[in-house]
Amino acid sequence: MSVARDDSPAFAGYAHPERLVSTEWLAEHLGDEGLVVVESDEDVLLYETGHIPGAVKVDWHTELNDPVTRDYVDGAGFAKLVGGKGISRDSTVVIYGDKTNWWAAYALWVFTLFGHEDVRLLDGGRAKWEAEGREYTTEPTTREAVDYPVVERDDSAVRAFKEDVLAHFGNPLIDVRSPEEYSGERTTAPAYPEESALRAGHIPTAQSVPWGKAVAENGTFKPVGELDAIYRDGAGLQAGDDVIAYCRIGERSSHTWFVLTHLLGFEGVRNYDGSWTEWGSAVRVPIVTGAEPGEAPVK
Amino acid sequence: MSATELPPALAEIRDDFLAITKQERLQLLLEFSRDLPALPERLADHPELLERVEECQSPVFIITEVDEAGHVHLHATAPQEAPTTRGFASILAQGLDGLTVDDFFAVPDDFPFELGLTEAVSPLRLRGMVGMIGRAKRQVRAAIADS
Repeated sequence: MSVARDDSPAFAGYAHPERLVSTEWLAEHLGDEGLVVVESDEDVLLYETGHIPGAVKVDWHTELNDPVTRDYVDGAGFAKLVGGKGISRDSTVVIYGDKTNWWAAYALWVFTLFGHEDVRLLDGGRAKWEAEGREYTTEPTTREAVDYPVVERDDSAVRAFKEDVLAHFGNPLIDVRSPEEYSGERTTAPAYPEESALRAGHIPTAQSVPWGKAVAENGTFKPVGELDAIYRDGAGLQAGDDVIAYCRIGERSSHTWFVLTHLLGFEGVRNYDGSWTEWGSAVRVPIVTGAEPGEAPVK
Repeated sequence: MSATELPPALAEIRDDFLAITKQERLQLLLEFSRDLPALPERLADHPELLERVEECQSPVFIITEVDEAGHVHLHATAPQEAPTTRGFASILAQGLDGLTVDDFFAVPDDFPFELGLTEAVSPLRLRGMVGMIGRAKRQVRAAIADS
């Protein structure tokens, strides 16, 4: 890793503390050689209203997604995108964003699909930086474009498709949506009715653990003991488990994927980015309604 | 895209967007977000009169009124941390203000897709603005029915 890690004692209990930096650390390291700060938000204009000095913007919708196929950009597209923003293969990338880092975690997960080694989250995201009155600028960041190698996207390790989920029954699934979406009272997140599905409910056997449970009131991740209580004691995850997490389009579950993989150290966690917008509209896939996880379908 | 017949203020906004580059369009949308007119006091003190637009990802509340002369006025409020939504609301508040009811209903619901923002903002996000227009028209229909 090219830039020193954040040794904050607050991160010491996590499985991979090098995946987080604090706002204090970032303020001290802004401008370090080899560090690129990336803002990734739900709101496509938020960056323009003011951003961390030197940060570049990566938009989940217009940049990380393929404009035609429902998929992420390919290796050439990713190389062009991040190289154009001055990110090298060996850059330390620190990502932050709005909505408690939903979209930042999503971007981090996409960087992971391309095997970018050193990519970290700013604990607490944009809101914490702002709450602490730290510096913002509206000055556009200009970074010289660099050559980023074309690396083929590897969907095998951290990404699950519908077929993978069908073959996964018997192993733990985590549904990170709101309880109302889980039970089937509604097909969409409270404020996202345009991203709908035809049926409501959840994938059989999925445990309901809304993503926000991993986050403390100030927007930072909860300490490892509390996370253990939620995911191990509460949802029953055990060391060595293969886990698939899903939500509506894969962004909130990227956040949970980050928690399970980098904070709790589970090694076989995949994010099902098709999520409910695919599962809830697919023909003849099993669905359970109500508050209980339900039974796995007979194979 | 062939230009739809739009009311003059709205047509001017559209033409301003189409005259500049994609990146500049985001900046213009940002300017609109800063210029979202504040709610008149009588509404600011009564947030319950405004209706939430569920189609938008960020909390945006609008109320569309018809004055005694039969002219439409749209008021909206959205948080500072949702500039895109504020920009959409601001375009509507400024572009539709003062229209007659008939002219107001003649504005196509999908006119946001004529602003040249589809690539810069994404179709999904633009649908939030389409939702605002739908909500506004419903409010005006209700206002007329009540009068």
